[in-house]
Amino acid sequence: MIHARALTRVFTVKKETVHAVRGIDLDVEAGSLVALLGPNGAGKSTTLRMLTTLLPPSSGTATVAGHDVAREPARVRARIGYVGQKSSAGENFQVRDELVSQGRCYGMTTAAAAERADELLDLLGLRAQARRKPGTLSGGQRRRLDIALGLVHRPDLLFLDEPSTGLDPRSRADIWEHITRLREVYGTTLFMTTHYLEEADTMAERVVIVDGGRIIADGTAGRLKNELAGDHITITTRTETEAATAAAVAASVTEAPDGVTVDGTTVRVRVARAPAALPAYLRALEEAGVGAATAETARPTLDDVFLTLTGRSLTDDDLPA
Amino acid sequence: MTTFLRDTAIVFSREITPSLREPAGLVLEMGQPLVFLFLYGALLDGAVGSSWQWFVPGILVMMCLTGPMGAGYTMLVELIGGSLERLLVTPLNRTAMLVGRTMKVTVVLFCQAVLIVVLALPLGFRLYPVGALAGIAMLLLFATGLGALSFVLAIRSAPDGTLFWLVTQALMFPLLLLSGVFLPMDGGPDWLRVVGDVNPVTHVVDAQRALFSGDLTHPSILYGTAAAALIAAVGLVAGNRALRKGV
Repeated sequence: MIHARALTRVFTVKKETVHAVRGIDLDVEAGSLVALLGPNGAGKSTTLRMLTTLLPPSSGTATVAGHDVAREPARVRARIGYVGQKSSAGENFQVRDELVSQGRCYGMTTAAAAERADELLDLLGLRAQARRKPGTLSGGQRRRLDIALGLVHRPDLLFLDEPSTGLDPRSRADIWEHITRLREVYGTTLFMTTHYLEEADTMAERVVIVDGGRIIADGTAGRLKNELAGDHITITTRTETEAATAAAVAASVTEAPDGVTVDGTTVRVRVARAPAALPAYLRALEEAGVGAATAETARPTLDDVFLTLTGRSLTDDDLPA
Repeated sequence: MTTFLRDTAIVFSREITPSLREPAGLVLEMGQPLVFLFLYGALLDGAVGSSWQWFVPGILVMMCLTGPMGAGYTMLVELIGGSLERLLVTPLNRTAMLVGRTMKVTVVLFCQAVLIVVLALPLGFRLYPVGALAGIAMLLLFATGLGALSFVLAIRSAPDGTLFWLVTQALMFPLLLLSGVFLPMDGGPDWLRVVGDVNPVTHVVDAQRALFSGDLTHPSILYGTAAAALIAAVGLVAGNRALRKGV
C-alpha cells in the first residue's frame, strides 16, 4: 500500500536549512494498522504530508496506493483518505453541506454524495448535528466529522495525523471504536501518527518510531519492548548511601550494567524477566546489608524503548495538552 | 477541460451555499456602503453637479475593493483551520479552487451592485442601462483580479495571517482615498493628481462615472478597462502559481 525509499524533506527557515525527514524507507502492507510514533519535530507530520501529496519530497520516492506521489499526485489523491491534525470542516459551512461537497470533490454526483453524507452521519452518530456549523460541535463530534470527511469516497488507505490529540479520554475511546470498526468491516489500511504512547501500544499492530527525521525502530509493540527495553525492577531504600550500594549490587546481578539508574533513594534496574530476577536481587541486597523499603516490577512501555534508543524520554518535551 | 469546469462548479457551489442559506448576510455586508451612499451622497448633493450620478459609481468601486479583498480572509481562515488542506488532498483541480472562489465573490458583488443601483433610483439616480451593464461588467473583471490577488496574499500570509492584515489595511485606504471615490481629485495639488494617475483604481472609477452617466465614448473607459484587465490577468496568473507551488 505504501512504499517509500529514501524519502527526504528539507526546509529553509530564515536562511537555515532544516532536515525534517532524512531518508525514510518504509513499506506498509494492505490491511495493516501502522502508527508513526515520535516526539514533536521528529518528522512525523512531514512524512505524512509527503505521503498524502501535500508536500513534494526534496528527494527520494514514495508509491502510495499504487501511484507515485510526485508524478501522479491526482491518482494518489483519488485513492487515499486524509484526516489532518487540524479541523477538516470549514467553519462557515453546515456539517452535511461539507460532507456533500467532499463527495462531489471525489467525482460523485450530487445525489450520490448526499446519500453517502447521510450514511456517514448515521455511521458516526452525527445525524442530529447535520444542520449545525462545526463551531457548535463538541471536540469529539468535530473529530468524528473529520473522520467522516476522510471516509466519504471509501478509501482503501486512510491517513490520520494525531487523530485523538486534544480529546478527553472518553471521546478518544469513542474515536478508536470507530477507527477499529472501519478496519474490521472494510479492511481499510490505516496509517497514523501519534505521540500518545498508550495509543500506539494498544491500538497499532506495528509501531514505527521516528526521531530526528529517521526511523529508529520498527516492529510490533511487544517485540520492540522485549528486544529494546526489557522489564524493570524498581526498589526504594531508606538512605541515599544504601541506594548507591543497591545500585552497585544491581550492576553485579544484571546482564546489562548500563541499565541501572539511581534517583535519590530509588534504584531502577533493567532485567530480562523481572518476576524471576526480583527474588535473587533482594537476596543479594540482604547479603550486602541493604534493606529494600519497597520493591516492584514493571513491564516496559514504548517510552522505555524510546529512552533506550535515544537516551531521552518521549514525554519529556511533549506532554499531551 | 470538462473536469476543470465541473470542479469550478463544485467549488462555486460549496462557497455560495452558506450565502444562499443566510441571504440576510449579503445585505448586512452592505451596511457600510449603504450608510456611505445615503449620508455622504446627501452631503455631496449639489457640490459635484448631479451627485448621485457621481457618487453611486464610487460606492460600487468601493464595494469592489472591500468585498474581493476581504475574500482572501475566508481563504486564510480555511488555510489556518485545516479545511483547505482537506480539499487539497482531494483530486480537485487546483486552478478550479481559485476560479470557483473568485466566481462566488463576483456573483455576490453583482447582486450587491444591482441592489445599490435599485436603491439609488428613487434618490434621483438616472439609469443608463447599456452604460450601467458595461460598468458592472468592468467591475466584475476588476473584482476577479482583486479576489485572486487577495487569495495569493492569504496563501503567503499563512500560518499566522499578519501579513494579510498588514497589506490589506495599508493598501485599502490609500487606494480608495487617492482614487477620488469620495471626493473629486481635480482641485488637488499636482502631486496628488500624479499619485492618482498611477493608481489603477482612479481609472476604474473615472470609467465607471462615464459609463453610469451614459457617456459610452469617453476615453477614460478605455483606460479603466485596461486597468481592470491588467489586474485580472496579474491576479489569475499569480494565484495559479501560488496554488501550484503548494500550501
